[in-house]
Amino acid sequence: MTAYTATVTVRLKHGVLDPEAETTQRALERLGFELADLRSADRFEIDLEADSTGEAEDRVDEMAERLLANPTIHDYDVDIAER
Amino acid sequence: MTVAIIRFGGSNCDRDAERALEYLGIDAEIVWHEDEDGLPAETTGILLPGGFSYGDYLRAGAMAARSPIMDEVREAAADGVPVLGVCNGAQVGCESGLTEGAFTTNESARFQCEHVYLRVERDDTPWTAAYEAGEVIEVPIAHGEGRYEIDDDRLDELEEEGRVLFRYCDENGDVDDPSVNPNGSKHNVAGVLGDSETVAVLMPHPERATLPDVGGVDGQGILEGFAR
Repeated sequence: MTAYTATVTVRLKHGVLDPEAETTQRALERLGFELADLRSADRFEIDLEADSTGEAEDRVDEMAERLLANPTIHDYDVDIAER
Repeated sequence: MTVAIIRFGGSNCDRDAERALEYLGIDAEIVWHEDEDGLPAETTGILLPGGFSYGDYLRAGAMAARSPIMDEVREAAADGVPVLGVCNGAQVGCESGLTEGAFTTNESARFQCEHVYLRVERDDTPWTAAYEAGEVIEVPIAHGEGRYEIDDDRLDELEEEGRVLFRYCDENGDVDDPSVNPNGSKHNVAGVLGDSETVAVLMPHPERATLPDVGGVDGQGILEGFAR
């Protein structure tokens, strides 16, 4: 078994309105910053042990599918690194 | 006949729903989601109440939707037991797959608590048989994550299948003015049906428009769906 850290990034699908990101962008602009756009995402770091990178990725993929992301509105990426 | 009102940690409209159902002469019982006995044997309806289950962690309704009792709720729904999700219960319904789509952050990014007008899209479901198609009813909303979101093509299909039950509108039933859509929901959707007409979710609160003393009774007909 090898120890891994999986990083799951969950973001809204392209085209889905993100009112919190828009509000955050407006607040930054109010502070005087110049920016073209702002997108927000949730990031989860999961420590786990698995026989291989592939097995770790499969397990974390299922976590994302079943809970961390909502496929109706989200896309997600999984990145696996040895810990 | 008993309507099981599922109480999750953070539900807060469970007692309102119980009182509203009892006012209508419909027997109801609050069931704690971790109750070892699960749903009561005499359950003839299930109401997923409003509130902030699990503090809205991750996404509103996400945690409660994965609570073990929801397996029972899905089985009951498939067996034809009427299921109604209200507000947080609507979010739980979508997160659990009972209904399609997602209720997510309001366009305003704010919590909104106000009376709204709803246009009843169909009158041939248990939840809307008390009304006429096109009728306008006034019911309160109270949510921060009520914007109905779904893939455009899928929404078209749901509309063709007649699965949109309520839309936000003005007092005349007109949906065109964006200001009548309190949360930016796609196509003004306020409530949808699941795979069958006995499963429905909506963001507005019919239980808060049932007792005559608390402002309006337009929601009574929706809750009466449990008695049909």
